[in-house]
Amino acid sequence: MFSDQFLLAPLHHINLLLRSYIMSDYNFAYLDEQTKRMIRRAILKGLAIPGYQVPFASREMPMPYGWGTGGVQVSAAVMTQSDVFKVIDQGADDTTNAVSIRRFFERTADVETTEATAEATVIQTRHRIPEEPLNADQILVYQVPIPEPLRFLEPSEVETRKMHALEDYGLMHVKLYEDISAHGAIATAYAYPVEVEGRYVMDPSPIPKFDNPKLSMPAIQLFGAGREQRIYALPPYTQVVSLDFEDYPFEATKADHPCGLCGSTDSYLDELIVDDAGGRMFMCSDTDYCGARRAKGHVGAEGTPLQEDAV
Amino acid sequence: MTPLLQVEGLSKFYGQRVGCADVSFDLYPGEVMGIVGESGSGKSTLLNCMAGHLPPDTGQVLFNTRTDGMRDTVTMSEPERRMLGRTDWAFVHQHARDGLRMNVSAGGNVGERLMAVGARHYGDIRDQAIDWLGRVEIAADRIDDRPRQFSGGMQQRLQIARNLVTGPRLVFMDEPTGGLDVSVQARLLDLLRGLVREMGLSAIIVTHDLAVVRLLADRLMVMKDGHVVETGLTDQVLDDPQHAYSQLLVSSVLQV
Repeated sequence: MFSDQFLLAPLHHINLLLRSYIMSDYNFAYLDEQTKRMIRRAILKGLAIPGYQVPFASREMPMPYGWGTGGVQVSAAVMTQSDVFKVIDQGADDTTNAVSIRRFFERTADVETTEATAEATVIQTRHRIPEEPLNADQILVYQVPIPEPLRFLEPSEVETRKMHALEDYGLMHVKLYEDISAHGAIATAYAYPVEVEGRYVMDPSPIPKFDNPKLSMPAIQLFGAGREQRIYALPPYTQVVSLDFEDYPFEATKADHPCGLCGSTDSYLDELIVDDAGGRMFMCSDTDYCGARRAKGHVGAEGTPLQEDAV
Repeated sequence: MTPLLQVEGLSKFYGQRVGCADVSFDLYPGEVMGIVGESGSGKSTLLNCMAGHLPPDTGQVLFNTRTDGMRDTVTMSEPERRMLGRTDWAFVHQHARDGLRMNVSAGGNVGERLMAVGARHYGDIRDQAIDWLGRVEIAADRIDDRPRQFSGGMQQRLQIARNLVTGPRLVFMDEPTGGLDVSVQARLLDLLRGLVREMGLSAIIVTHDLAVVRLLADRLMVMKDGHVVETGLTDQVLDDPQHAYSQLLVSSVLQV
């Protein structure tokens, strides 16, 4: 992660940064150093109190709210010149959101970027955790639209903060109860609420609940909500439990198919409508994972070997 | 016998104005206390101070807790007070929509207090919800309907079920029959009387309806301008009011 020097930000350090990035009109990674210090303080506080939403002075970014302004600010604050950066949007490296954020940091920070999960040191993600397990040298940055898990149950921020402070979480189970009474099962499929270290109830951002068991991992996980001005974090190996009932236990679900392209049976799948007759296929949402498998020679039922595909 | 609730010198001021001043009384287990008075006499202020919704300016509200005996709920920590609020205490609001979650099903409304104190078995929660809906005369097949699909009287009964499901020992009621027509009122009062007797509840009922206290309350407190002007057994106060205001109140009731 970042060093102490960064936190203290001695003047010569800033000068060095300015000099080394003279080719860009922007300060390294767009944000000014004071803003990055402010964000780092919020991140450190978040790491010290896992699951607690730390307010921070979110900046206007050159992209609309909802496009990952929170994640971008967190990425900018933790990024160093030697980082290798990867961005995924719903698991894919090649969607508009991912491409534009990747290009943003190529231009403003001149960092190396990659699509390979294993090579990246900072991964910004919208709504997925990569299939490939992350390691202790990596940071996963989530884009969060609404950080408050209780928001749709209790509209008042004053009240929800009090509920967090007093661990008054009965209402969260009311939501799950309502799910079961209406649908016969816990129908919440994404943004599935979790309890962190037996204390704070947290919204893991709109990742599918398939990804919830992966939330206890060796990598640092940082969550940034730009519009809502909140940062929260999970330190490595934090205990994260998905809320459930004794007789309706939590289940990490996915479409019951293999990937049509690479044949993987254990990855999270997107459903794709392929023709006007309602034909559909399922494929890995993690494009890097799927591509790597195909490069190794795995071929799904509707896939072609990688070489032919490339022509 | 030790009292369940002991109120001592309770006062609440809104700036220069008196909310309620120097109210003291004891409430014993199984006893129902009525508080009557005209609008603005401080009844609701007093009730909210006792129930922990408003911080009083002076005075103590001692409650006989299950574990630690008499505790002053005014100086108790917020988590402890909240815990009391969803276990041993219940609060029935005048308007059901203040006490219910209108966008949550009837079953969820009843189950919320159970889940708040740690119930994590869906089947058990649902069984208890059905049981309580039955006790307040709401058909079991309405369990997944939202309160907004209920009539006013049903909403009020649902609110009562939601409050009593954790087996509280003390119920605060703020005009529980206000805004309901008389036949619905009568059934609700019947139900409340049955539940109070059956569960051995203590209750404090704030109302301006003397017929309600005549039916439900053992003892009566008459308030005027924030002060208690008369207390006594309900029948005694209503049949032989001593204070001029009590006399006015009793004589103002329309005779049909």
